[in-house]
Amino acid sequence: MAEPGTLTGPAPAVAPPEDERPAGRRSGVLGAYRALLGAQARSQAAYRTSFVVDLVGNVGATVFDVVTVLVLFGVTRELGGFTLHEALVIVGLSSFAFATADLLVGNIERLPRYVRTGLFDAVLVRPLAALPQLLLMDLPLRKVSRVVFGLAVLVASVTSAGIHWTAGRVALVLVAPLAGVVFFGAIFVTTSTVSFYWIDSGELANSVTYGGRDFTSYPVTVYGGWFRALFAYGMGFAFVSYHPALALLGRADPLGLPGWVGWAAPGVALVAAAIAALAWRVGIRHYRSTGS
Amino acid sequence: MGSVTATVAPPTDSNVTRWFRTFGAIAVSGFRRYATYRQAAVAGVVTNTVFGFLRYYIFLAAAGASGRVAGYDRGQLATYVWVGQGLLAVIAIWGWTELADRIRTGEIAADLLRPVHPVTSYLATDLGRAGFAALSRLVPPVLIGLLLFDVYLPRRWATLPLFVLSVLLAVVACFGCRYLVNATAYWLQDVRGPLILWTLFSGVLAGLYFPLGFLPGWLEALLRYGTPFPSLLQIPLDVLVERHPVPTQVGLVGVQVGWTVALLALCRLVQRRAERRLVVQGG
Repeated sequence: MAEPGTLTGPAPAVAPPEDERPAGRRSGVLGAYRALLGAQARSQAAYRTSFVVDLVGNVGATVFDVVTVLVLFGVTRELGGFTLHEALVIVGLSSFAFATADLLVGNIERLPRYVRTGLFDAVLVRPLAALPQLLLMDLPLRKVSRVVFGLAVLVASVTSAGIHWTAGRVALVLVAPLAGVVFFGAIFVTTSTVSFYWIDSGELANSVTYGGRDFTSYPVTVYGGWFRALFAYGMGFAFVSYHPALALLGRADPLGLPGWVGWAAPGVALVAAAIAALAWRVGIRHYRSTGS
Repeated sequence: MGSVTATVAPPTDSNVTRWFRTFGAIAVSGFRRYATYRQAAVAGVVTNTVFGFLRYYIFLAAAGASGRVAGYDRGQLATYVWVGQGLLAVIAIWGWTELADRIRTGEIAADLLRPVHPVTSYLATDLGRAGFAALSRLVPPVLIGLLLFDVYLPRRWATLPLFVLSVLLAVVACFGCRYLVNATAYWLQDVRGPLILWTLFSGVLAGLYFPLGFLPGWLEALLRYGTPFPSLLQIPLDVLVERHPVPTQVGLVGVQVGWTVALLALCRLVQRRAERRLVVQGG
């Protein structure tokens, strides 16, 4: 991948991708990742009170997202043409997918700080791929509570929404949340690569990651104009929760897309993942250290 | 001033002009300091704008076909959202850990040696920061609202001065809350817990995720009088969109005055108690 000829300027160190390494080192690599993860788990568990507070705080954020939906339904019977039970299926799909992606990949949002402080240089000179290192360096185990809550909302909503279960829908209810996880993971990685080009991008990535979470928590019919077109179909957020929920509920899309679109979620997620991988590789090649 | 603290006593000729000059100088330096983070301001504006769109459409959906909900019509909701997205940065509701960091590292010792009370000097800096934020973070979302949406414009002459006063009070009250949250570092060292709780509750109880009018009336009243949160965001916005008649508008600003005075007094009390027990590890 990293041909020396393509590097210009003060040579940024680029870690060779894993698949170019001799096969004999594969087990050593896995061992190194396991050691990184173990060290993380131990260090986070060491401050027990902080860890418990973090667990509670993290679940609280997702709880308030659901509370917000309930409050909105306190002043209206329908939101964008959907009842509370239908809307909760959308909320469940969205919050489980986001929480799980945030647990596994969300840490990448620290990349701007790593780039600014130069820590990213240290990551690159290690003989491991950069992305897995970054994710394992600070795997936020505290976010597990959020995943559990998201799953609970998902299970409660799909069992109480009066879904007419067929074999296909059972398959969809299992695959769609996982596709959502892959999709949000891809969004996290893609948006983080902005910091390779714009060091001080700060919370810019949040507008798409957390913005996407809020966007997918409501039926797409709520939004309007080019904003809906951009987020729902330009970026593909409609395939995280809205279209799968329509397919599960057996509802026609008020916006007129055919019913099979709900089943396209895994395909969209894979495309998003491919784009994320590409953006990451291009970004790393472009990376210049901030110097010291 | 004339407070009892561990700081060096202010110069004896502490007349009002002198105090204001110091306060102004610190505020100006706060303005200039935050004015250097221009890229971050741009990124922040983009993020606030995206969430502005989200909140606008969601609140509008809650208003349904009638276009009215909890005393707001569509235009008032638009103003509520777009001005709210700007005010968020002016009051700096999230992300301020400077005091806690300085307490943890011991740098707070330098602040205590200064002839200005820490609450006063941090407040002055924060007002300077808010001044820059009003230009860089409040104006853009308001312009977007004006250009793209049918926002409600105030109709009473008294609203604008009341709104300016209300925002000023919200900035000071929010500073007071953040100072108290940060000051827990004097006792806890690690303020992550209090910070998480603050982040969690401030957004929802200040009226950011939804106007508190969406809640049952008794609950809104309880939050308004019993907690400082609505004074940070909801009240300035309600004043601006003229949700209530003039006397109530004035009364709401009065509630803010009460909370602001109480919070600042509490800050000074907490600071005094903290200084009595503070041990800065030498080095």
